[in-house]
Amino acid sequence: MHTTRWIAGACAATLLAGCAPMLSDAEYVKRATDMMRASFKDRGQAKLDRLTQDDAQAACSRTPAQGPLPKADAERIEKANLATVKYPGDGKLQGDWREGEKIAQSGVGKQFSDNPANPAGGNCYACHQLSPAEVSFGTIGPSLLNFGKIRGNSPEIQRYTWGKIWNAQAFTACSNMPRFGHGGILTEAQVRHLVALLLDPESPVNR
Amino acid sequence: MGIRFTWVLAAGITASAMSLSVHAQSGADTVKQIEKYREALADGNPADLWEARGEDLWKRKRGPRNASLEQCDLGKGPGVVKGAYAEMPRFFVDADRVMDLESRLVHCMMTLQGFSRAEVTRRPYGDGSNRSDIEAITAYVTGESRGVKMNVAMAHPKEIEAFNLGEKMFFFRGGPHDFSCASCHSESGKRIRLQDLPNLTDPKDAQRAYTTWPAYRVSQGELRTMQWRLFDCFRQQRFPALEFTSDASVALTMFLARNANGGVYNAPAIKR
Repeated sequence: MHTTRWIAGACAATLLAGCAPMLSDAEYVKRATDMMRASFKDRGQAKLDRLTQDDAQAACSRTPAQGPLPKADAERIEKANLATVKYPGDGKLQGDWREGEKIAQSGVGKQFSDNPANPAGGNCYACHQLSPAEVSFGTIGPSLLNFGKIRGNSPEIQRYTWGKIWNAQAFTACSNMPRFGHGGILTEAQVRHLVALLLDPESPVNR
Repeated sequence: MGIRFTWVLAAGITASAMSLSVHAQSGADTVKQIEKYREALADGNPADLWEARGEDLWKRKRGPRNASLEQCDLGKGPGVVKGAYAEMPRFFVDADRVMDLESRLVHCMMTLQGFSRAEVTRRPYGDGSNRSDIEAITAYVTGESRGVKMNVAMAHPKEIEAFNLGEKMFFFRGGPHDFSCASCHSESGKRIRLQDLPNLTDPKDAQRAYTTWPAYRVSQGELRTMQWRLFDCFRQQRFPALEFTSDASVALTMFLARNANGGVYNAPAIKR
């Protein structure tokens, strides 16, 4: 194991001076967190409380040496995150895909360099292909081209899509995708427009 | 050192090629255009200007003690600059701390030249006419490791501890977006928009990335250091502000530098 190997190396190299103490994984996590708290400073809207992890963030911070997330942890995370998904009071899940396209293009929001008075973007194109006209798209997430064409536009699919944007970890523990509703990044109105971008048959994603 | 000015011309030509490519070309063609752009840029690198100014600052007598930095020990003995950066970060007995290059420069400017920490760290990153001395000195010292293989020994227990803490930090998810360094840098062949992302857990990618910082950033008209790279990654990660030469910045640098071991150092480089 990675960590163990380095500790063994330390003991061999410093045999005369004495071994480095064997630290448990939990101890390293605690030390790393303390170190980060002392090394970062509040700036603008980005305060030190952003270094306080919730259960999913802590469980999803595993190093390769720790191996993949145990199934029981994944189930616990998905269950807890599914319970956080908030559906709109008026039941209206789909808005205007044109507004959705603007939100998908915008990468601002929540950085200490951003004005917190302005709305955040979803920055979907950073990681996903959506409208075919936009060739500048990233590949961290899957292509969403024809997302609605493939799945249809039923109320069930609208509800699933809303939930996925609101809190991706309700469906996939440790997903790389930000939990846009749960994390307070996007508003209900914005999520509604993104659902339209993905599902509206008139959206360029599906044409 | 020869200072070249052909980069202005190269940047002009290739910038128009870039704007064309975004409109009309397929993804593969766009990637090819970007490759051409990079090649043209490498023809002349304004980072030379930072290196030359840094060399002057290294050799000039400055500060309350009217001393140069030529007796600064970067780990290979006082005054040895050649190849020093390729072995950093490392543990320094006199400071009882693992230090990256910038931390060590702060230490030397305080102990040899008599500057206060506040004076030395007042402007870690340059901004137009507000130039940063420590950034220029970093450019000079790193340039003296060009062609040298990265060789971070990691023998001292505190070096090993720094690596292990840096690794934890690399995978630490937090903030409103749940991002960690690993969110963008732990899979191969991925990109954000059109920007290729190095997989910093893969030796080949880690070598290529680490050995090309500092770099002159064409889009910013500034030379940027590894300390700046980490600071700005965390800004985009939606974390608070990473303090210049903080323990966390050094630990993470240790993790990245050690992963780049064996790669031939080739910076200050030039990037988009």
